[in-house]
Amino acid sequence: MTAFPAADQLAAGIFVICLLTMGIGALIAVLSIRIIHSVCGLAITCVGLAGLYYFLHSPFLALMEILIYVGAVCVTIVFAIMLSEPDEPAKAEPRAAALAWSGVAVVIAAAIFWGLCHLGTRGNWPRPARTGDGSIAEIGKALLTNYSMAFELISLALLVAILGALAVARTGRTRP
Amino acid sequence: MNPIYDRLEIYLIAAAFLLAAGFYGLVRRRTLIGMLISGELIFSAASLNLMAFNRFTVQDPAVGQIFVLFIMGLAAAEVAIALSIIIAVYRNYRSVTTRELSELNG
Repeated sequence: MTAFPAADQLAAGIFVICLLTMGIGALIAVLSIRIIHSVCGLAITCVGLAGLYYFLHSPFLALMEILIYVGAVCVTIVFAIMLSEPDEPAKAEPRAAALAWSGVAVVIAAAIFWGLCHLGTRGNWPRPARTGDGSIAEIGKALLTNYSMAFELISLALLVAILGALAVARTGRTRP
Repeated sequence: MNPIYDRLEIYLIAAAFLLAAGFYGLVRRRTLIGMLISGELIFSAASLNLMAFNRFTVQDPAVGQIFVLFIMGLAAAEVAIALSIIIAVYRNYRSVTTRELSELNG
């Protein structure tokens, strides 16, 4: 029983807006010519995805999605775009070959989409009873008990990634 | 009939769309950064799938959230490494288009 009369319709409308945000962002990310528009599309996708995470009863992951993807990953990619010049050349390959390759890519992507939709809608997924509520307190407890090893390994992986990134980007700096 | 935001199929279709879009971009993009962005879309599709199944078909709903958190951490590490490699490639070749990185192409 909800206090507000049209709460369900309102929630459904917000959900559809999140879905459309995600879909349009993904299309911008893969179809735009300039690479900076593509990064903006990725950021829009992640905002929509954060909304979907909220509807999946996980406000914690929605926050993390915006924090990590929009705040860190997209900004880092923008830095890399500023340091290199990744805009695609106008006529890198013949027009017929480009059309053929995009046709092949569209066909394969559509096949993947159709196949996964088929699997997802036909599957008879089980619905077991819930044992927990998935709150932030439970996530914290699980991170420090059952998954503490993986948690520490993630921090180690991030440290190695930072050191490796510094080492790789440093080589060749003294060259002309 | 559950409301639209409470059905597993909708989330699966959204994740399939993200995967298909990411795959299309991965095939069509001609620069390394564009391919990296498409790879991020594929990562997002995997995360959304995990979260959807975590919400609807798993007993303990904290597990999927933790795994998606790990995926995000690994994706961040992957982006850092990939971008530093891209910067190094750009310093050597003055270009990040995949067509020009053909030194090993005999």
